[in-house]
Parts: sequence; C-alpha cells; structure tokens
Amino acid sequence: MEKNTATVIPNSLPVSFSDRFRSREALLLGLIAIVVVVNSLLSPYFLDVYNLLDSTQNISEKAMIVLTMTLVIISREIDISVASIIALSGVLMGAAAAHGADTWMILLVGLGTGTLAGLFNGLLVTQLELPSIIVTIGTMSLYRGIAFIILGDQAYTSFPASFEDIGQTYLVNGMIPTQLIAFVFFAIIFWIVLHKTIYGRRLYAIGNNPVGARYSGIRVNNYRLVLLTLNGVASAITAIFLVSRIATSRPNMAMGWELEVITIAILGGVSIFGGAGKITGVILAVLLIGLVQFGMQLINVPGVIMSIITGLLLIISLVLPIILSMFYKRRRA
Amino acid sequence: MVLPKNLLKSREGQLVLITIVFYVAVGIASPSFLSFESMDSIITDTAILMIMACAQMMVILTRGIDLTVAANIALSGMVSALIAMHLPGTPLILVMSAAVLTGLVLGMFNAVLIALLGIPSIVVSLGAMAIYRGMVFVLSGGQWVNSQEMPASFTSFPLARVFGISNLAVIGLIICVLAVLMMRYTRFGRELYAIGGNPDATSYVGINIKKRLFAVYTITGLLGGLCGYLWVARYAIAYTEIALNFELLTVASCVIGGVGIAGGTGTVLGAVLGALFLGVLQNALPVMGISPFWQMAVSGTAILVAVIVNSRGKRQKGLQILRVSQ
Repeated sequence: MEKNTATVIPNSLPVSFSDRFRSREALLLGLIAIVVVVNSLLSPYFLDVYNLLDSTQNISEKAMIVLTMTLVIISREIDISVASIIALSGVLMGAAAAHGADTWMILLVGLGTGTLAGLFNGLLVTQLELPSIIVTIGTMSLYRGIAFIILGDQAYTSFPASFEDIGQTYLVNGMIPTQLIAFVFFAIIFWIVLHKTIYGRRLYAIGNNPVGARYSGIRVNNYRLVLLTLNGVASAITAIFLVSRIATSRPNMAMGWELEVITIAILGGVSIFGGAGKITGVILAVLLIGLVQFGMQLINVPGVIMSIITGLLLIISLVLPIILSMFYKRRRA
Repeated sequence: MVLPKNLLKSREGQLVLITIVFYVAVGIASPSFLSFESMDSIITDTAILMIMACAQMMVILTRGIDLTVAANIALSGMVSALIAMHLPGTPLILVMSAAVLTGLVLGMFNAVLIALLGIPSIVVSLGAMAIYRGMVFVLSGGQWVNSQEMPASFTSFPLARVFGISNLAVIGLIICVLAVLMMRYTRFGRELYAIGGNPDATSYVGINIKKRLFAVYTITGLLGGLCGYLWVARYAIAYTEIALNFELLTVASCVIGGVGIAGGTGTVLGAVLGALFLGVLQNALPVMGISPFWQMAVSGTAILVAVIVNSRGKRQKGLQILRVSQ
C-alpha cells in the first residue's frame, strides 16, 4: 500500500504575504498613493472627479498602444516604430480629409495605414528573420520619413465635424472622454486574452523560450506577425483619437511617444527579456504616469520635466527591487 | 586575385565600393560634388557621427545598446555653452574638459546601472535619455544659447584648419584610428569581442565582465561629452532638442557597417564606414535636388536594406525534425 500524496500537485506555487507585499503591483500602488497625496497637497483642483476624468484623455490615447506593446514585449519582441505609425496614419487621414473623404473613409484610411505598417514590420521580422529592434529602428525612420515627404513642414487642419467628435466627445453627463472608455474596453479584452486564454499562455511560452515553444507546436512566427500587426492597428486607433481631438495632423506629431509607451510597459513590470508581465501592473503604471502628468500640469510644470520624472520612475522601479533584494539577502545571511 | 575577392566578401570592402560608386554617380550628375571642398565638408559633417559610431560599436559588440548618446551630447554641449557664455574668459581647454567631464559622469551613471546592477542596457538608456534631455531644459531654462552669446574662440575651434583639414575632421579621424587599433590589437578590445561572443565562457576564463562593461559605457559617455562640445561649437547653437534622434543614426551606422546586433561580431572600421556612407548619402540629397524632407525616409530605407543584407548567409535556425502539417 502506497500513499498517494505525492501526486497532489498544486495549480500554483504558494504565495506568501511578504511576496505579495514585495510585488511590482504593490510597489506601483504605493507610488500611486504617494503621488495622490502629494498632488492633492500641491493643488486644490486635483481631487475633483471632473478634472481627474478629463485628465485621462491624453494618457488613454498612449495607453492603447501600451496594451499591445505589453504583448509584444512579453513575446520577446519590441516595436519602436509606433510613434511613426501614428504620424504616418495621422498625415494620411489628414490627406484623405483634404481630398473630401467622409468620416468612415478617413477611419478606413487610418486603420488601413496602421495595419499595413504593422504588417510590414511583422513580415520583415518573421519572413526574413530579422531582429525586431533593428527592423523597427529602420521603419521608424521610414514611416515618419514618408509622412515628411507627403507634408513637409505643413499641417492638415480641416476635418469633418463628425470625425472631430470622435476624440472630443464626453459621455455620461459629459464626464467621461471617449478615449477612457476605449482604453477600459481594450484593457479588459487584453486582460482576458493574456491571462485567461491559451493564446496568452503561449505568449509567455514564446517569450521565455521561443525555440522550445516552437518545438512544442506553437507557430511562433504567426504569433509574432499578429502581435506586430496589432501594434500597428493600436497605433492607428491612437492616431484616430489624437488627430480627431486636436483636429490637426503633422509629420512631427507624437514625437518620442515610442519611448514613453515602452517606459510605461516596463514600469508596469513587463520584463524586457520577454516572458513576464501582467496587464494589471501595466494598467497601474498607466494610472501612475497619468496622475503624475496631471498633477504637474496643474502646477504648470513644463512637459520636459515630466519626461525627467518618467525616466526617473523607470530607473527607480528597476533599481529599488535589486537594492531591496540585496538588503534582504544580507539580513538573512 | 585572392585579395580583391576577399575584400569584396567583407562588409568593409562592399561598403567602400558602394560608397565610392554612389559618390561618383552623384558626382557625374553634378560635378561640384566631387570637389575637394565637398569631400572636406562631408568628412567634417560626419566626424561626430563617426566618433559616436565607434562608441556605439563597442556597446553593441558587448550585447548592449546605448540610446543616451544623443541626450548626452545635448547635455554636455549645453554645459560647455553655458560656461562659455557666462565666463567668456575661460580657456577653451577648460570648457572642453567640462564637457568631457559631464559626459564621463553621465556615462558612469549608465555604467553603474548597466554593468554593476545588471539592468538591461536598453531599459536603462531609455530612462536615462529622458532624464538627460530633461536636464538640458532645466539647465538652460528652455532658452537657446546662440552664436552671439558664445565667444569666438569657442565656436571657431571645430572648423579651424590644420594642414587644410578642419580640427573636427582631424579629431574624428584620430579617434577612429585609435578605436580601430584598440579593438584590434589591445587585450581590452579582444576581451570585448569575447564578452559579446559568449559572456559565460568569458567569465569562466577569468575576465571581469562587470569591469569591462563599466569601462565601455564610461568611454561612450566620455566620447559623448567631447562630441557635445564639438556639436555645439560646430553649429554655434545650443538648445534642448539638439541631436534629437542622433542615437538612432549611430545604431544605423553600426548596422550598415555589419556589426551584429546579437553581439560579438563586427569591426570598428565597418561602423565608421557605415557612418561615412550615411554622411555621403545625406550630403548627396541636396546636391541631387531632393528636398531635405526625404532624408529621414532615405536613411530608414538604408537601415532596412543593410539589415536585410546582414542577415543573408549567416542564419542559424533550430533544427526542425518533424514537418509541420499544413
């Protein structure tokens, strides 16, 4: 008679309370709490539901790319052409509007451009087996370059009113901007896809060991192609919201956003080596950056200072766990 | 006949050939492009890119990437410009040292995070580039320092001539030659190749990878500081956005020059020739009557073509035993 206890395998490893306390999400929540307290002390206008909701307009646009970028980075790829795709599809939407296209046609042009641009990245990476960082450094120049060839230093500023409504409408008593609704919608979808479906699990497998994933029957290249294309689509959606909100498109728009998007994803705990990261962490990072930006706007701090703080947050969020673990090790030793 | 064949097989040989063919072809269309003045201005314009391509080459060789080089140039350039503006009597050598020192400190900051704490270079440099760029704004208060506010000695140095060649070109060529010699003939250079080729084996052999990487990022920072002064003095203007996206050009030079992004392969000469090719390309566009707005798309295409060519012939695939059913 043998005992059967050895066959009981838990679904997940036991997680102690101190592990949770030291998790990325806890760190981000702590930072968010600090930011909320500091901001409400600095400005009396910070803790106001209308203001807070209104402030999400800007960050929600970027955050849509952060979601797809999270999947891209988890599967060990990267895409730094996203801001250039925004510029290119923005300029082409402007061109379509200037040639008298209606709102549906403009949307089609924008989404089509983003899809094709993402697909081109994906094809170069999967068919020619090139590293995505170099491919997207190239296409980053190429896409924005095409936008510059089309428009030079000019700008398109006339759009149909129904197109401008997309990015300028507030729903629910005029409180919630459309961008926020779109972001929440996509965040839920991506949370389900990444954490509750087989496709999501496979992304982690690909990110941890692409060759191993291929041997276990995952069509790694198909996933890469789809993800990079999705990133293009997300950039196009961002372009639609951005262009319709400011009713302008110019080739130099969204300059440097690729770095901000990647920064937010890394800040949210996505491993740059692939294979690790959660949508919840990324959403908290979006919230953190959004609150910091809003607080700085309220006390009239220029945007460049904001980029210093984003950079500092990124580095602190990476250094802090390392220093903490050194500290713990020393205490145990 | 062995020598020419081998020459054309190497990336350096191909690049030299392509650059010369392109240069002559443009020159036939507009002969002024072939003049000594034009050659001189190409070298002078490209010197900074050549220097930073050498630095970026060391970084990429050791499996890293340094995206802070442009922000470093902007910040150290601004430091030197502010010193020159507020203390016009300062000897030029001190102003230059201040820029180099600033670059050195920034490089060491990267080095601590990347080499000592082991954080991936792409993430560190993403964060650090935002910080450095922001600090330019803080230091200058968002103001421009223009040519009237800089002393003449400050701005005239890069274009002053020794034996008919501008100082900028001389400095660029000296640094490139030193970099070629260092990477080829010194122990330090060979160790960097080893680190890029196989870090685990390298550390088993007894090479201190942390120290070598620390040196790599510090040297890159130092060269960035020097280029910061050269850039600001050459263009006689300093503001927050100078050298924006220049880091991508340095990476592009390396890729065009055949430096493998996975580390361990490539030569300094290749990176320098890659920079020179980009320089010729950029100088040729206005000569050919093409609007400067084309520049970005053309360099993007050059990068893509180079990376596609790089990937030919050296594919390493996992061996697939079973056919995938379609």
